[in-house]
Amino acid sequence: MKRSFTATIIMFAASLALSVSMACAETIKIGAILAISGPASFLGAPEARTLEMLAEELNAKGGVGGNKIELVIKDSGGNPEKAISFAKQLIEEDKVFAIIGPSTSGETMKIKKICEDGKTILMSCAAAEQIVNPVAKYVFKTPQKDSQVVHAIFENMKANKITKIAVLASNTGFGQAGKGQIEKQAPEAGIQVVAAEVYDSKATDLSAIVAKLAADKEIQAVINWSIEPAQAIVLKNARQAGWKVPIYQSHGFGNIKYVEAAGAAAEGVIFPAGRLLIADKLADKNPQKAVLVKYTKDYETKFKEEVSTFGGHAYDAFKILCRGIELAGANREKVRDAIENIKGFVGTAGIFNFSPADHNGLGFDSVTMLTVKGGNFVEYKK
Amino acid sequence: MTRHLPLSLLILAVIAVQLLTRWTETAYYLTPLTMTAYYSLVIVGLCLLMGYAGQISLGHAGFFGIGGYLSAMLTTKDLMAFKENALIALCDKLGLLVHGQDMLGVSSLQMQPWAACICAILVTIAVAYAIGIPVLKLKGHYLAMATLGFGIIVYRLALASPLFGEADGISGVPGFPLLPGLAVSGDFSSRISNYYLAWGMLAFVMWLLGNLIHSRVGRALRAIHGAEAATNAMGIDTARYKLNTFVLSAVLASIAGIFLTHYNGGIGPSEAGIMKSVRYVAIVAIGGMANLWGALVMGALLNIMSLRGMFGTYDDAVFGAILIIIMLFAPQGLLGISLSATVKRIFRRGE
Amino acid sequence: MTLELFSQYLLAGITYGIIYAIVGIGFNIIYNTTGIINFAQGEFVMLGGMTAISLHQWLPLPLAIGAAVILVMLIGALVEILFIRWLDRPSVLRMIIITIGISILIREAALHVWGEGVRSLPYFVGNEITTVQVLGARVSPQVLWVIGVCAVMVLGLSLFFKYTLQGKKMQACASNRMAATLCGISTRNMVTLSFMLSAGIGALAGCVMSPITYTQYDIGTGLAIKGFTVAILGGLGSSMAAVAAGLLLGIIESFSVSVVPLAFQDAISISLLLAILFFRPHGLFGNKDAAGLKEF
Repeated sequence: MKRSFTATIIMFAASLALSVSMACAETIKIGAILAISGPASFLGAPEARTLEMLAEELNAKGGVGGNKIELVIKDSGGNPEKAISFAKQLIEEDKVFAIIGPSTSGETMKIKKICEDGKTILMSCAAAEQIVNPVAKYVFKTPQKDSQVVHAIFENMKANKITKIAVLASNTGFGQAGKGQIEKQAPEAGIQVVAAEVYDSKATDLSAIVAKLAADKEIQAVINWSIEPAQAIVLKNARQAGWKVPIYQSHGFGNIKYVEAAGAAAEGVIFPAGRLLIADKLADKNPQKAVLVKYTKDYETKFKEEVSTFGGHAYDAFKILCRGIELAGANREKVRDAIENIKGFVGTAGIFNFSPADHNGLGFDSVTMLTVKGGNFVEYKK
Repeated sequence: MTRHLPLSLLILAVIAVQLLTRWTETAYYLTPLTMTAYYSLVIVGLCLLMGYAGQISLGHAGFFGIGGYLSAMLTTKDLMAFKENALIALCDKLGLLVHGQDMLGVSSLQMQPWAACICAILVTIAVAYAIGIPVLKLKGHYLAMATLGFGIIVYRLALASPLFGEADGISGVPGFPLLPGLAVSGDFSSRISNYYLAWGMLAFVMWLLGNLIHSRVGRALRAIHGAEAATNAMGIDTARYKLNTFVLSAVLASIAGIFLTHYNGGIGPSEAGIMKSVRYVAIVAIGGMANLWGALVMGALLNIMSLRGMFGTYDDAVFGAILIIIMLFAPQGLLGISLSATVKRIFRRGE
Repeated sequence: MTLELFSQYLLAGITYGIIYAIVGIGFNIIYNTTGIINFAQGEFVMLGGMTAISLHQWLPLPLAIGAAVILVMLIGALVEILFIRWLDRPSVLRMIIITIGISILIREAALHVWGEGVRSLPYFVGNEITTVQVLGARVSPQVLWVIGVCAVMVLGLSLFFKYTLQGKKMQACASNRMAATLCGISTRNMVTLSFMLSAGIGALAGCVMSPITYTQYDIGTGLAIKGFTVAILGGLGSSMAAVAAGLLLGIIESFSVSVVPLAFQDAISISLLLAILFFRPHGLFGNKDAAGLKEF
């Protein structure tokens, strides 16, 4: 009698414990739509790798708030219609808690409304201003704003007394947004855009257009705005044509592979970027150093390739999202509100200070001017 | 009687699938299914052109792009700046324009979806005639390359023009209100009505094309496919038949583009690219060149699998492999036997 | 326009023009022996570059290039044997679709083997910033290599077809297949040889141009389109005409930058293709009647 009573108590306690632990051990599904293959694979592939690495690391530590993370990654190939299809699938079928990505601005704009209507948090890794302006309650982005990057370039040009420039932009959304910002900010910075040309993102030779621009002796500097390998072609063609003007690039140059592709022609290129690329050269007291060095080491050990700022955007998206979940639990509205109130978050792109009106959170100081010396990224010093 | 069997089966299947999704609470399947219906519209039009009229087209995604981009551009481009222009003012008087507000609350002026749709179709017809006349004089490789060239030009123009959103395409395309209460849009609430609308359109087109094929026109087309010189000698104006078929298939592709753009709320250059055109050709080939129903079934299957990401990063490779395998081993397509012939055989056995 | 700018445009035009011409010649060789237009031609160029880059990790540059060319020739032969050889008088449509399928498969295979990254062979002479002065323009010495190697290939091919036994056998096949078979020429082997030859010249072109541009898994399609534009522009079947047409196209594209926005540069070659197809399908140098007799 006594034994069966004890047994019942034990079984009851066990099942209670089991059900409680099961209630706690819910997995949080996080979706990701990334351009792993296709023309934007330079962005999507490192982003996907970063997410997998981070999710694995987090789950090994027990997840966030006791909940493990389940990543559902979809390859959109850079195609907007696939992005739309996957967004709907992730929201309705997989019922994901949030979506990280897409990699390109074009895809993000197509699913912005879907995520907003579906009340699913979207942490975009794309750069366009329109993603967060006008602000949609559930939509955030982690890369720096084009306007700030352009501003940094112009500050540098003013210091170097450059007043007449040419702009070469690739025909992607990123290129066009940058070109738009450059043309918009140039007058107030006292800089005149003498020539502006758009090249195909798949271009293999730009020597003709370089020749045309080089013939115009008035041009003192060139801004080359693109995220594709074609930006390296501009560098090679320019130097081979004997054109010696300073060349500025966008923050889309943030992958050492572009430097390798351009070889000696990349020497002296000036561009603004987050501090991820010079992590080990930062002063120890720099608040970002620890985070950057750890990410660089982990990524390079695991994947045997160098970090890029693109992977960094995915890193920031994942970490900020998890911070939100840590603060507010697995409730969408609460997490969204929590993210909006995050201040001083140290990410790879900079230090994030969100607010209800600012769903990007990065300021002018998130970028610093870098240059290429001896095939490596170093900080630009006059 | 047996001629209408496939159509009845289609309608039954469409209804059955929708009820099934309701019963199993998997209503989200309706979205790729709806998109598939629109892609199938392009495919059956292409099947008519390639299988029955015997003209290859490697650039049909171009017509899809023309329809989609024009309707997207016209319904999103803010005409406020041109308010004083005579043509715009006339359109306004005729009720063709919509007065709305953009996201920042400033008033804006766009074209009505109906007006945009009609414009897009008219432009498609014009372009199809303009391109068709010289292109259809070519044969074999030259014809293939000319159509490929056409597709690439549309793609390049879409990619190069700020008017068409360049690499990012156009987003924020509004819904297309067809009748009070029925609008083509991607809203979750109108999902079921959109599903029936899409498949209803497809069923209607299948009925139309079925009638066409079994009429004098259809026989003329098959004669042209078989032996053009002989057909010409018999007094049939082959050039005119080929041209009209080309234009019809172009219009079908364009309509698909228009509706899918409103459904998705946007369009991108990849929809007009070579890979899409190749995909359409692959599906027509696998379904059996001159088999409308085969093309439809295969198209539905493959598109659904692709849209749901079942092929992962091997998406394009799958279609390439299909092309080769079918062309090497089954040039008449997987469903080389037409459905109605099979049904006829079954019925005949019963007699 | 100064002389310097003119020379710069001219040289850029000739460089790319001759690459398009090589791809066009590749089309012509296969077309002449088989009547097939090989849509996978561009992939041979891509494979040549990619394979050489991979082999360069273990072999010195000239050996890597040589080995790459031989490997790609073998791949060309393999493609022919696996997909083309045993087809019995296939229709044009079928062949077009098959070669498109082959090009897609090769491209996707390259994506999964080499990844999405861009690579380049090292410059044969100097590096990314060395320049030499030619006719008042400054170009990389690699440009001279491209023009030189391709010119030698064209010369070599014309000598091959005119004076060697194999070359003459291939020409016989092109003229009249039935008669060639009756003469004891193994047409099947000639077809394989033509594929190998096309693949080989494509691969070599891919290797020489790799340093000045870059090699990526999907550069094949664009090159193929330019290549057959050139082949048709010159008149399908004639390699000399392809060279002239290639140079012409390259120069037009290059000079177009001075009048038309760069964004439309690619549309120019396509427009040219369409114009030729609509108004003069037998090409600038082709003969209308001869083209009509060919079984396409």
